[in-house]
Amino acid sequence: MNKEEKKDNVSFLEFVYDFYKSMKRHEISLVYEGEITHQITKAFTSLTESNMAKEEESNTVQKKVFHVMVECLQNISKHADEYGTNDYIFSGRGIFLVAKGEEEYSVTTGNTVENTKIPDLKKLLEQVNSLDKEELTELYKKQIKEGRLSEKGGAGLGFIDIKRKTGRNLDYHFLPINEETSFFLLTSTISRNN
Amino acid sequence: MDVIKIKGTDDTPSVTLDAASNTFEIAGRSLPEDVASFYNPILEWLDKYHQSPNPKTIFNFKLVYFNTASSKLLLDILMKLEDLSKAGKDVLVKWHYSEDDEDMKEAGEEYADIVDVPFEQISYT
Repeated sequence: MNKEEKKDNVSFLEFVYDFYKSMKRHEISLVYEGEITHQITKAFTSLTESNMAKEEESNTVQKKVFHVMVECLQNISKHADEYGTNDYIFSGRGIFLVAKGEEEYSVTTGNTVENTKIPDLKKLLEQVNSLDKEELTELYKKQIKEGRLSEKGGAGLGFIDIKRKTGRNLDYHFLPINEETSFFLLTSTISRNN
Repeated sequence: MDVIKIKGTDDTPSVTLDAASNTFEIAGRSLPEDVASFYNPILEWLDKYHQSPNPKTIFNFKLVYFNTASSKLLLDILMKLEDLSKAGKDVLVKWHYSEDDEDMKEAGEEYADIVDVPFEQISYT
């Protein structure tokens, strides 16, 4: 290893330490970037479940966190678009984070979406956020009755279900990547005091 | 009639559909990788059962967790039971939920609102 390489190596390791500190500061207990498969979904949910059981989190909170994680992970695996190619082959990659604070858990996902899909996505999120508990129940019933399972096996109920289970609005943000795609960030929050 | 007997896993429910012993039950967790391919044989079985049903059908749901994709297929099952009931057969859905699981109780209430079939909620500890 020459001098230059050694220096690079050290700076990389320093980056890892900064990354670690940053994770601690934001109370992140799980972070992943890559393809979200069914196996990954199962592994993350069971890992988080056993951690919550160890920490004696209430059953209600455990169930809600589990619900939100599954819906968020399945959203990525079913909807994330590929970035950087011309043919937009379905790819199902994204970033997934779970943070645990004093008062709440938060589950955050990030994935690329085609800009053409953003208006519908925003409309749905705004609608879900604007509804109260009863209105959400009505929307859920309407969608489950009238909606059809998509080719990828989604029922179009994920966002509605997350808000119903958590009782909290979904925080979201779209960051432009280029003219065709954006990065879609979504955070769901689950209160620990039920 | 054929018997469907599926052992539950950590992401698929256990299923028993046995006309001869009059046992109809779905229990456990449901978040299959491919909901349609898991539930289609069950729906097809119910279509066949519709042709020569037992005098009384008690269908037990004992789920502890299901994802939204499964919720749609569970409704499809309930609609088959509704059809059976509308055809004049004696049908009863028993929806079991853990005493401390408010969400599972609510899910049962919502299904009971959507489908027109005798529905009984049963809590367990």
